[in-house]
Amino acid sequence: MCQLSVIEGFAGNVAFEISIERQVYTSQRKVATVSQQAQTQLKTQPINKKRASAWQRPQTAWGRRRERLGWLLVTPSVLVVVLVAVYPLLNTFLMSFTNRRMSSTRAVSWVGFANYTDLLQNSTFLRSVSNTLVFAISSVFFETVLGIIIALVIHSNFKGRGLMRTAMLVPWAIPTAVSSQMWAWMYNDVFGVINDFLYTRLGVISQKIAWLADPNLALPAIIAVDVWKTTPFMALLILAGLQVIPSDIYEAADVDGATRWQQFWRLTLPLLTPALMVALIFRTLDALRVFDIIYIMKGTATETVSMAVLARQIMIDSGRLGAGAALSVVIFIILALFVVLYTKFVPVTED
Amino acid sequence: MTPAVAPTSSNRRPIKLTQVINRVLFWLLILLILFYTIFPFYWAIVTSFTPSGQLFNTPVAYWPKDFTTENYRQIFNNPDFLKALLNSTIVSLSTVIISLVVGSLAAYALGRLKFRGRTIILYVVLAMSMFPAIAILGSLYQMIVTLKLYNRIPALIISYLTFTLPFTVWVLTNFFRSMPGELEEAAFVDGASPMQTFLLILLPLAAPGLVTTGLLAFISAWNEYLFALTFTQDYAARTVPVAISSLGGSSQFELPWANRMAASVIVTIPLIVLVLIFQRRIIAGLTAGAVKG
Repeated sequence: MCQLSVIEGFAGNVAFEISIERQVYTSQRKVATVSQQAQTQLKTQPINKKRASAWQRPQTAWGRRRERLGWLLVTPSVLVVVLVAVYPLLNTFLMSFTNRRMSSTRAVSWVGFANYTDLLQNSTFLRSVSNTLVFAISSVFFETVLGIIIALVIHSNFKGRGLMRTAMLVPWAIPTAVSSQMWAWMYNDVFGVINDFLYTRLGVISQKIAWLADPNLALPAIIAVDVWKTTPFMALLILAGLQVIPSDIYEAADVDGATRWQQFWRLTLPLLTPALMVALIFRTLDALRVFDIIYIMKGTATETVSMAVLARQIMIDSGRLGAGAALSVVIFIILALFVVLYTKFVPVTED
Repeated sequence: MTPAVAPTSSNRRPIKLTQVINRVLFWLLILLILFYTIFPFYWAIVTSFTPSGQLFNTPVAYWPKDFTTENYRQIFNNPDFLKALLNSTIVSLSTVIISLVVGSLAAYALGRLKFRGRTIILYVVLAMSMFPAIAILGSLYQMIVTLKLYNRIPALIISYLTFTLPFTVWVLTNFFRSMPGELEEAAFVDGASPMQTFLLILLPLAAPGLVTTGLLAFISAWNEYLFALTFTQDYAARTVPVAISSLGGSSQFELPWANRMAASVIVTIPLIVLVLIFQRRIIAGLTAGAVKG
């Protein structure tokens, strides 16, 4: 839900810019129609994916053979997915209504919604929800803004563009466990390069800061690492979106005297929306289930605990499988809710 | 020179100046972006070549005064780290091979063959690639303990299939679907069975897609942390991401940053090399989903 307000704020900004431009310039009507044309051109591509074909039994022997083969070939995958994913998932739902413990001889009994109501009285749980939301909203926001800037830079023509695109893949390819270690070392309060740079060399901070030990700074510091790691991925997704925008609409906009700034808000951003939405959905889903980066840099400390970190702590470290399962289900529901809201209220394509 | 001296060119000069400024700002922006993305890795490399004693000097040296390979020597003589490297390789390769074999069969069926239930299976596959790993952690843990697989490599391979297999099926299905139907018709005319059509005609054509998908699945398995942390106890099955954060130093009082950074560089270099070799395909693979919506 909070993600949506970010989007709304973003959309509000666009509207604001547009209203300013409307007073100054006269030629957007043409730009707008060109943009609409381009949009319909772009939209014809993904639509045929949805082409619904009514099922008919195949008439020929060849067709029937292919049908049987189809079932035969998907069976192994279906079996694996059901055994290692669907069954455990259903099991988690059931377990969340029991008092099951990891290594206990006590009989397991149904406890109804007790695990869920316990969560609401648990202040660490509430903290984990707010931490997770703060983490998800701010990291996705900064990744998107920086990603758009970087994508626009790479998209413009300059020497060494390929090199830059390659460099973008470096943070993405580094395992999270490794990049968390790298940054923990850079954040070191006495010997870390960040304090050395900001305090010893530049003097912009009045004393060396214990970035990860300070309860107020730890979460922002971790968010900065996530932004560093994921912005390049965002930039590449956005770049792919930029590359399908036909360049002649910019020529038309140039002829009509639209400024670069205007072209960005009126052409680039609207045409980028489908690609941007997909990237946003994937990134937000990832950010809401964050585990590695927080667990490696801060363990289960309350000031940074995320919902996934807390769920693992309850299930594995304290062995309360039932209670942890309830929290897992809550995470699952939040993610599902978020996907539904995103697809409902944010039009990916406007048809 | 002021515009008053040369009034005829006064209209052009300011434009040129702003162009130059824009150009300079643009290149500064590029340098800033490159610095931002590359510096942390540069820092890990510098640290890994610095004698561990000198890491705790202030002010920090941005280039090692005494260049040393001692940290790497220590890491390569550390049996725990080598075992973790081996474990990671076995787990990731097995996961990728199983996913590709099982997944490409399903992807061919889902992408090219018509049969009842195809759409439902596709939706299930897509849903499976979106749900959080934490939601199955407890159940998988129980399952693994019951099957006596705790702290053993198969436990990791099984759990990694939960995310590599749906991913492989989804991406390869789109790949097979984009192939022209004439190929199969030609094979039918020549009397090939559907399975022959798949193995002899479509699969070789899908090789680039298989390579990219396999690589992306490999990277995600190589980097996995949550399952590796939860389903292993010691170096019998512990993988690199978990091992790196539990590496000890040369003495128990010294934080082993130099060793950790050396280990970090070692596990990252193969990934970066792979990524550089296949960068075009990776970018295409990563962005295929985004563009097609």
